[in-house]
Formats: sequence, structure tokens, C-alpha cells
Amino acid sequence: MPNRIDQKFEELKSQNKKALITYIAAGDGGYDLTEQAVLAMEKNGADIVEIGVPFSDPIAEGPVIQAASLRAIRDYHTTLKGVFELVKKLRTQTDMPLLLMLYANTIFRTGTDYFFEKCREVGIDGVIVPDLPFEEHDEFQDAAERNQIYNISLVTPASTGRIAKIASQAQGFLYCVSSVGVTGMRDNFDTDFDAFFSEIANASNIPYCVGFGIRDGKTAHRMSTYCDGVIVGSAIVNKIGEHGQQAVPEIAALCQELRAGLDQA
Amino acid sequence: MGKIGRFGKFGGQYVPETVMNAVSELQEAYEKYRNDPEFLKELHDLYQNYAFRPSLLYYAEKMTKDLGGAKIYIKREDLNHTGSHKINNALGQVLLAKHMGKKRVIAETGAGQHGVATATICAYFDMECEVYMGREDMERQALNVYRMELLGAKVTGVDSGTATLKDAINEAMRDWATNIATTFYCIGSVMGPHPYPTMVRDFQKIIGEEAKKQILAAEGKLPDCVVACVGGGSNAMGIFYDFIPDQSVRLVGAEAGGRGIDTIEHAATLSKGDLGIFHGMKSIFLQNEEGQIAPVYSISAGLDYPGIGPEHAYLHETGRADYMSITDEESVQAFEYLSKTEGIIPAIESAHAVAAALKIAPTMNPDQIMIINLSGRGDKDVQQIARYRGVNLNA
Repeated sequence: MPNRIDQKFEELKSQNKKALITYIAAGDGGYDLTEQAVLAMEKNGADIVEIGVPFSDPIAEGPVIQAASLRAIRDYHTTLKGVFELVKKLRTQTDMPLLLMLYANTIFRTGTDYFFEKCREVGIDGVIVPDLPFEEHDEFQDAAERNQIYNISLVTPASTGRIAKIASQAQGFLYCVSSVGVTGMRDNFDTDFDAFFSEIANASNIPYCVGFGIRDGKTAHRMSTYCDGVIVGSAIVNKIGEHGQQAVPEIAALCQELRAGLDQA
Repeated sequence: MGKIGRFGKFGGQYVPETVMNAVSELQEAYEKYRNDPEFLKELHDLYQNYAFRPSLLYYAEKMTKDLGGAKIYIKREDLNHTGSHKINNALGQVLLAKHMGKKRVIAETGAGQHGVATATICAYFDMECEVYMGREDMERQALNVYRMELLGAKVTGVDSGTATLKDAINEAMRDWATNIATTFYCIGSVMGPHPYPTMVRDFQKIIGEEAKKQILAAEGKLPDCVVACVGGGSNAMGIFYDFIPDQSVRLVGAEAGGRGIDTIEHAATLSKGDLGIFHGMKSIFLQNEEGQIAPVYSISAGLDYPGIGPEHAYLHETGRADYMSITDEESVQAFEYLSKTEGIIPAIESAHAVAAALKIAPTMNPDQIMIINLSGRGDKDVQQIARYRGVNLNA
């Protein structure tokens, strides 16, 4: 069976559209809120959703996602087991690609084989592991491939000289980090995007999307001109931080704005 | 691929892509300088003339007589400049940073000893220094916070998570990822992604090299037992390393047992932890069944860490070293014992090694020799021990 991520990008390409990939921290506000938010994001223009599995020590995250992880663990006792249940439930309601974003220890401690079997069983299409660089890619690769789960690779403006080798084994799409540092909304970027994305374009045979710092329709539009789609995390998570259980309409509105930004000629 | 910097199955480079080039750059620089005669000459000159090495190997005669077992020697890392073994590593790394052309150095600190050592060397080399410290630890070690500021460093409090050492490391890693081009991350222990565990051990192995020479000069034979406290494990790796090939030498690490390893309030990683991936390495960590890193506790801010360096995990797995846990109460008793018996006030971290020695030495014969690594001095802990004993110093 082809991976839903590949199918989605083919579909977008045929429609000449850019991908909107959104992130939400699972269990932030409770599983029901996550479920409603994911469905609302799809309805309002998101093509792929990354579901973050909260970790006690999210070293790659900025303050917004750190706070969401803490809320999910401390206030809602979110567990990987619960996230799998949530995905199972979502899978009966949507056919969009669903990814898990989680730290290496969550997979490793759960048991690598069991984890990827479970991903396949509940309908996960890929994982993003922020603390698994190219050098350690082998850690999960066999189990991921056996279960047809894509292990999404990241490149950053600090990946000088590494982009070609990373791109050569990337699956699904290449996650391009817009600027060095941790996740979060930014007022400006100091990356030389022309140079960064031309290196990526030369190296990549698969779609590449950009994340970190995209907060609104304007930044989404601007960044999408360089690549095949944008990834938006903190701006969405922030809506739950601000609006709690009332966040779903806010998230829907933001997705509409992002979608409009991407579809703008 | 994936096999560099391994000690058996432990170690590796599990860090975000953003810092991977910096890790590689460090790895290359360290490979270049580790055997460079000029670099080593400069380092050893600083060890001797700035850090006050070699440190004494002191015969603890009263303690030996009192315990009636092994002949006890104490490796006096507490007499180093800045008062602990941490200066050895800070000197090595900041010197390397200077050779690499970095202008800014960041560090994490638990008890404050590594932060003080790093701030000291940065003052010496005129480099910008920022130290991340858990808010909880800043309160426990207020004197060291002021000391770092006196030395010109910026101390940044970390409120996230448990507001202790692991959270300070998280925040330092985030800073490093953000300021990757200009900044050198000076990790304080034998942990993190390769090359740190190897590099920090190499900068600390001078302790064991000196101790071996000193004991051979004093006794004409190797020790039977070497004891050190273990948090991340840098002072222990430092004194153990040169003795690893000497199979007759028993190596013992003392972990923080906190309020007891049958409670949840301890930091006894090897006694109670499981294999995991965190802070750049595959090693043993205190964690729950879903891999969330456990909040840990010890009276000692320097041992209050939920993991351990990968080389210790390997020495533990292969049985080359033994690890035991020491409770708060045992360490405080050892703190008081060494103060009264030998007139040496140990750091509360090092008091864990003393407590282990108090258990082991009486079971040994008088013709056997034990070396305790006294990794730091206890001035910084006096106030906290008074509080632990219910003494109000402000009355």
C-alpha cells in the first residue's frame, strides 16, 4: 500500500497547491480537544497533521511547545498509549496523513519494534524524531521500514555539507528548519533562504517543506515560495495556551488564514 | 554509521540536526588537538601553574586507624584552584574553544562547581560566559551563583521541568542550537553526545594518572580499591580510567541514594534506571515505563541527575566497576566524619564517596590500600548541612 504522505503530495502537485502541515501537542487540553482540533484543521485547509507526543524534556522546543508538553503531561496525564487510542479514533474519521512527532526515548523505551507495529496498526504514516540525526538514523530504520512508516528527516541552515547525504535517504518529505534554534514563532529570519533552498532543491528528490517560525498567512505565503509546503506548530499550539477548551474555532480560523496565504498567487 | 563514540552499546550522538555540525566540528577539533604536543603542553602548563596540579595524594592515617581495615589515601581534588576536579575539564574545553576561535562559552551547572570552573577559565581567557543553572539549585548554592557573577559570567536561572541539573542541560542545549556559530558548549561531565564523554574523561584522566604514580611512589604497589562519587560521573571516570587495565584494582562508584532507593526520592541511576536515549546519548536513565525522564532527588545538587555517562554504564554492564548507592543521611554522616577525623570538609558530592569508603574499608585487610577521590571541598555545603541538622545559622 502506498504511503498516504506520498499520495498527498502527488495530489497537491496535480492541483498545483502547496502543503499545509500543522502540529498539535497531543493531550494539551485533553484528548477530545486534540481530536476536534485535528479534524478542524483538516476541514480548514491542513493537508497533513503532526501529532506531538509530549516528552518531559523537549530539548528542541521553544517555550510555547514546552508549555504545551507540560500541560499535556501534568494536567491531562497524556501517555503514548493514549495517543495511539486517539489516532485510532481519528483514523475512522479521516484519511489524511498523520505523523507522530516524538523524542527518541519515547520510541526506544516503548520498544522499537512494538512502537512501529502499533503505528501501522492505528494508521500512523510517519514519525519525526527531533533528536535523531543522520548519524543515528539506523536506530529505528529497520522497524520503521518493516511497518512502512516513514522516518522524516530534518535539515537546518546549520546543516552545511550534510544536506545531500540527508536528502539521499529521506522519505515522504524533507523537513527544512527555517532558522537555527528551537521551535517557535519568529519576528524575522536571518537565514539566506536562496542559498539554503537552492542546496536543498539540488539534493532532494522528494518534496521539501519548511517549518519553525511560521505564524500567519503572510509568513506562510512568503516561505511557501521556496518550497512545497509549510509546517506550522507553535502558532497553533499557542491558541490552546490562550483559549484552552475554546481554542478549536481559533485554530480553524488560523488554518484558513494559512491556507489562503499558501493559495495566494 | 551510528557506531562512533560507543562504549559497547552505550554512547552515540542523539542530538538535533541543528547542533550536529557543531558536534562534528568539535569532534574534528578534538581529534586534531588531543594528541597535539603544543596543545597538551599548554594544557599541562595550565594544570600545573593555574589549577595547582598535581593534587596531593594524602595518607589518611587517623581514618585508617579508626576504621581498622584498608590503608586509606585521599586524592585531594578539593585542593585544586576553584575547589574541585571540575577545573581540569573546564581548562581543557575552554582552551579547545579558544583554539577553535569561539568567543562565547556556555555551560550548565548543578552544584555550581562546573559553572565556577568554567567562569574562572573564561575570565582567564577573556571569553564571554553564560551558565545555566536550575532555579532550585541557585537557591541551594547561592554562594556559587555570586561567585560566578564575580568572575564575570552571566548566570541564567532555569525554571522549566524540575529546575535542576537536567533542565539546565536542556536549556544550554537550546542556547547552543540557537547560537551555534559562535558558541562553544562546555559540558561538565562525561555525558552528552560523542565526543563529550571521551573528551571530558580525557581531560579528567590526569587524576588517575597522578594517583597511580603517587601511590606507586608511596607504597610501591597499586591500590586494591578506588572509590569515587558518581552523578554524571566525571571525577570517577577521571580517577578510574588509568586503573581500568589493572584488573586487581576494584573500582567503586557511589551514587546518590537520596532518601533511599526504595523511595522515589533518589538519583541512583545504575541501581534503579533503565536503558534509554537522552541528552545525546544511549545510557541508563531514571525514567518511567513510557520513557518520561524521572524527577530525581539528592541532597547533593551535583549528583542530582537522572542519567549517567555512557562509559560508566559500560563499566557497570561489564562488571569492571561496582556501583553502590549512598543515602543523604549516610553522606551527611561521612561529611561530618571526615571533617572531624581528618580536618577536611568534603563537598557533599564527595562525601558520598567517603560514605562508601566507610562501608568498604573495614571489610579490607590492613595490607590493602584504598584511594578515595575527594572531588571537591565542602565550604559551599556548610549552610545546607547546618539546615539538614536543624541548626539555624542566622539566629
